[in-house]
Amino acid sequence: MTPRWKFWLIGGLVIAVLAAAIYFPILRRRVKRAAKLQQQSEEQARRELTQPIAINPGDPRVKTKLFWASDTIDSTLIPVTVEMPLSNDPVLRSKQVLNTLLAGPVDAELRTLPPDALLLAFYLLPDGTAIADFSEALATSIPSGIVSEQLAVNSITRTLEANVPQVQRLKILIHGQEVETLAGHLDLAEAFVVNTKPAQPPVKSAPAQTSPDKPATPASDKAPAPAPGPLTADKPPGKLAQPERKP
Amino acid sequence: MAPLATVMVSPSQAPSQTQQPAPGTPPAASPPATSPQGGVAGSGGAPFGAQAQQSGLNIVVLDPAHGGTDPGARGTGGIRESEIVLDFVIQVRRVLELQGFQVVQTRQGNENPSFDDRSATANAQRGAVFVTLHISSTGLPGTVRVYVNSDLPPVADSHGLIPWDRAQGPFLGLSRMFGDLVQGYLTQRFKGSPDAAQTASVRQLRTTAAPAIAVEISSVTVEDRADLDRMAPGVADAIARGAAAFKPSYVVPNTRGVLP
Repeated sequence: MTPRWKFWLIGGLVIAVLAAAIYFPILRRRVKRAAKLQQQSEEQARRELTQPIAINPGDPRVKTKLFWASDTIDSTLIPVTVEMPLSNDPVLRSKQVLNTLLAGPVDAELRTLPPDALLLAFYLLPDGTAIADFSEALATSIPSGIVSEQLAVNSITRTLEANVPQVQRLKILIHGQEVETLAGHLDLAEAFVVNTKPAQPPVKSAPAQTSPDKPATPASDKAPAPAPGPLTADKPPGKLAQPERKP
Repeated sequence: MAPLATVMVSPSQAPSQTQQPAPGTPPAASPPATSPQGGVAGSGGAPFGAQAQQSGLNIVVLDPAHGGTDPGARGTGGIRESEIVLDFVIQVRRVLELQGFQVVQTRQGNENPSFDDRSATANAQRGAVFVTLHISSTGLPGTVRVYVNSDLPPVADSHGLIPWDRAQGPFLGLSRMFGDLVQGYLTQRFKGSPDAAQTASVRQLRTTAAPAIAVEISSVTVEDRADLDRMAPGVADAIARGAAAFKPSYVVPNTRGVLP
């Protein structure tokens, strides 16, 4: 190989290295952007799958009590009143209030449920037992501990108690499965008592509600999580109501 | 379906819901034990009508929660609940043994027995109380909460057998009494803690056939692990004093196969 060829070969290699050095960061940015877009698409698809359909504008706007953490007393719940359209159907109504609860309060510090947790399905049996199926994030993203797990479950049961009198007991599933505990502490083996009073008569025109003759079926309609109105605490926080076992 | 406990229980001999002392009541002021009816669990299964001599509490089963592949709550500073509770248990054990109690641990090292295995360790003892120790992820740092299990449906079936998954049912009143005593001593030491034991559906407690409480310390969010370590002597002292104060209230028939 003559020195002239060596010169051109080395020159070519240098140019190739320089070009690669310039192009590599651009390529890396493009790959990252593409991965992010793909991730967003999957998340979007998941949310579209589980997110409720638009609320019926004919539904009456009612004052709804949602139980989030108190900002003044440690590890207690406080009811917050939100005016929002709610269906008369107990299944749709339950989905609406639970989705709003999952959406969380304005102050993220007062959340009782993980922000990435989703309500996948909600069923109501004729005997007043409700079954709420949450995504795995409810168990995996919640802070571990008796106090935090109890706060989460109590916020769910007390919100249902305040807004859906037809729900008397609540069984919680994680991703369609019965689990032993929520995150290593709180017992999910059995249903929690929600309303101890007798259930209200069933509301008319409730297509998603199961008839007494049929086994429970999932409601096909999805309940929306309407944007909550101004949040107002309507009474001082009190001690947590403890979940009870069904009799 | 959970297996049935080997415990034979006469429904008529279920423990009475004894009166509860005020939280923090010192041992001397604790009400004397009302004579318990029934007896405790055992695998022997003596006839229910057998004459039952009674003995007192002498064993404390300590359960350091989590372990093995389950670290429990984790703090930002690398604090792992499973390690800290084991250290706490060693200190609690030392104080209890000084007071004459025999101590049994559900785990000695970094293993993770199942909930049922831990309960089985307690259920194999007679005249024992059960204390499961936890560190929370949340809550006001420096406070300690005691939990007793939520109400359970009535237990014994027509044959007097208690289902394994309801084993705590007959002991709820005693657990409440024990929990209130321990919480009272903890609150004296750790300001901001509740005045009385809380109620929660704690999985570990449900299958335990003994007066059983969960003690949860806040929290792994402390910046320095030393902040938690400094709480250990106070927690150990409160549990030991609580057990000593509870001892007169827990009289266990010598006859196996009946509940207190």
